[in-house]
Amino acid sequence: MIVNRLQELLQDDENLQFVGWEKGETPFDRTPKTFTAETLGNLCYDSFCGSNLSKYLLSQKTDKKTVVLLKPCDSYSFNQLCTERRLNRDAYHVIGVGCKGKIDGEKIRKTGIKGILSVREEGETLKIETLYGTTEIPRKDVLLDKCLACKGKEHKCADEVLGESEDTCVGDKYETVAKLEAMTPDERFAFWREELSKCIRCNACRNACPACSCIKCVFDNPNSGVQNKAAADDFEENLFHIIRAYHVAGRCTDCGECSRVCPQGIPLHLLNRKIIRDVNEFYGDYQAGDAIGQRHPLTDFTFEDSEPNAERKGGGK
Amino acid sequence: MSMNREWTPNIVAFCCNWCSYAGADLAGSGRMNYPANVKIIRIPCSCRLNPMFILRAFQRGADGVILCGCHPGDCHYSTGNYYARRRMTVLFSLLDYMGIERGRTRVEWVSAAEGAKFAATMNDFVKTVTELGENKKLGDLRCKK
Repeated sequence: MIVNRLQELLQDDENLQFVGWEKGETPFDRTPKTFTAETLGNLCYDSFCGSNLSKYLLSQKTDKKTVVLLKPCDSYSFNQLCTERRLNRDAYHVIGVGCKGKIDGEKIRKTGIKGILSVREEGETLKIETLYGTTEIPRKDVLLDKCLACKGKEHKCADEVLGESEDTCVGDKYETVAKLEAMTPDERFAFWREELSKCIRCNACRNACPACSCIKCVFDNPNSGVQNKAAADDFEENLFHIIRAYHVAGRCTDCGECSRVCPQGIPLHLLNRKIIRDVNEFYGDYQAGDAIGQRHPLTDFTFEDSEPNAERKGGGK
Repeated sequence: MSMNREWTPNIVAFCCNWCSYAGADLAGSGRMNYPANVKIIRIPCSCRLNPMFILRAFQRGADGVILCGCHPGDCHYSTGNYYARRRMTVLFSLLDYMGIERGRTRVEWVSAAEGAKFAATMNDFVKTVTELGENKKLGDLRCKK
């Protein structure tokens, strides 16, 4: 259906380029890719297209008009990049694609199913073809974590919308943050030490993050004195993740890409979510990327802002 | 060598050039007492403080970091301290979330006329940090002598 619509668009303007997903090497892989009229047939959109294409657009700039497929959550990041003038809204034709929650390949693997050949979707179940026969698992058991904390399925910047969406949000997305806040500082430190010590400094979180879009990153600057390698020391691991999270403070749309791409499974979104929660609490509710041209809370102020020293238990009121 | 000596905290105070640094000066010329383990670093404005500076200070052995700036409304550059106020609120809350005790970070507004407040603030901050003990969490062992 989507490809048909794209081909219709091609008839009006054959110079278009398309940004979407292509099937990758494993049954779960969907790789961001730029398509032209000839390769458009390879474009695929299904429940494995979890990656956020907004950031990918930055590396795919051309003079041609670009048609981009964005899920509801990607549209926030797209708006944010337009706000920061990294993308020019007029250069893109945004097709909002429906989303019923995306599937996490890691979670399928963790169910213990071996020898997976292909995965097929039939309504609410996944039919998994393996070397040892066919297995079925419910779709909702293997949704990405970010889909379980979905912001809603409204398209924030679509020129047209294709496909149906379905809400996948379950529970309170700040639950884990609140649990951490309730710990003592030593417990919190131990928790983060354990998580962050897994970091292999592959920089995937940085490269996938649509808010982390500096042309030259501070961590790539040899003069900044950072080691920029795995397990250099405990401090470096903390430094990298504190600065990474803080640098996107107020601009993070909570798209969850950082945690999704982390090969070590570090819950990085918990750092960003803490900042989002704080910002909402201190300076009023704010959703980055809600609209183009918003001023974000950390580049703004009021005369009556609260003082940094005010007593707060772990940031909560 | 230093093992035998009684432990005293290392405090890094980032002071705005226009208010707090002059306030510290006044505390000195007024012969007010504040602990010698407060190391003052002059910055052009409280909003010059890069979060990396704070983390670096902890890495190189600081046990507490305090930012002193002009009172809100008195910034030499009109609005710098308002931005600093928001940034530090969010940053310190994040550091606390990662396990760096709230008492190790502080922001105080000290004007050039408030030498007494500067001394009192430093005394109080050193007391708080002393109670918290040595900062082992963000310290880098390689930086210890």
